[in-house]
Amino acid sequence: MPCIAADAQVLISIKDHQFVPSDVAVPAGVKVELIVKNEQMVNAEFESSVLHREKIVTAGGQISVFVGPLDPGIYEFFDDFNQATRGRLVVK
Amino acid sequence: MLATAIIVFREVLEAALIVGIVMAASRGALGRGLWVSGGIAAGILGALLVAIFAAAIAAAAQGMGQELFDAGILLAAVAMLGWHNVWMSRHGRELAGNATRLGKDVRSGARPLWALAFAVSLAVLREGSEAVLFLYGIALAGQGGALAMVMGGIIGLALGVAAGTAIYWGLVSIPMRLLFTITSWLVLLLAAGLASQAAAFLMQADLLPPLGSNLWDTSFILSDQSLIGRILHTLIGYTAQPAGIQIVFYAATLLTIGGLMRLVGASERTAAAKARAGSAVNPAE
Repeated sequence: MPCIAADAQVLISIKDHQFVPSDVAVPAGVKVELIVKNEQMVNAEFESSVLHREKIVTAGGQISVFVGPLDPGIYEFFDDFNQATRGRLVVK
Repeated sequence: MLATAIIVFREVLEAALIVGIVMAASRGALGRGLWVSGGIAAGILGALLVAIFAAAIAAAAQGMGQELFDAGILLAAVAMLGWHNVWMSRHGRELAGNATRLGKDVRSGARPLWALAFAVSLAVLREGSEAVLFLYGIALAGQGGALAMVMGGIIGLALGVAAGTAIYWGLVSIPMRLLFTITSWLVLLLAAGLASQAAAFLMQADLLPPLGSNLWDTSFILSDQSLIGRILHTLIGYTAQPAGIQIVFYAATLLTIGGLMRLVGASERTAAAKARAGSAVNPAE
């Protein structure tokens, strides 16, 4: 079973069809656990084409998405159930 | 309403295209309508169950349940499509030999239509559960009114079914002797694409290394999120920014199923040639 140890944790909330924060600062070169919390009444799907991640976040629920080690740069993500909801990982 | 329709359409599209291709690939087979509609019905039932237990699935396997579930569904569909293709290549002689009338085995119950039906049910289950989760979410929140949501859902579903129907009619307009060559190629590419999607989920669960997280980027030509991008994503596994492991899964699926098809097809041809040679020596038999 996967048991992933992350070097850093970052919390991202989805509220009123917005990611909070929408620009998420993440350290480069380490494995990072993104904890995505859906504080809406509607289900969401956290997705990123560039990071190859897609995961449903039920209303009121939270998920963990592991990314990295990443090179410095900007990586976009969005809510596939509401594509106007967008955010970016800013990797430094 | 429009936003709802678009999202439902996107979720339904992949399953609808798979159903269209499977229906074309099983043209002339007895009872295929029953098998495929049974597969769709089982898939819808499964989608509802998956949507109901979404939170429990997600929490399983230390939070990686969703990834393992999706990867498992996708790989099972790959196996089913591959099995049917290999079976068909064993009977390729019957197909090529009878341009208008299909061989007895291909028409009859000997053909593994259950494999196609199973693949259809898995596709409907996976995409359908996302559509249900999306719709259920807005229904609960009471956003935009129930009628708008229902209308959006129906329009999205209808558009998806129209796309599946279009690919079906496009394929069955191909002459019978070419149809099965084309559909078996389509099913092969479809299976390879599903395998590459499975690889992405296994990579997300950290069970597989990415082997280069983005080998190339063609999103400036065709984005994964565009309509054509989505269609090609299903049909041939198009991914604008593929990871190395996805290429490995794609190629391994093509080589394994394609190789087995050739192997089985070649041994069938040898057996057929021997049978012909035998009957030439003893014409009485």
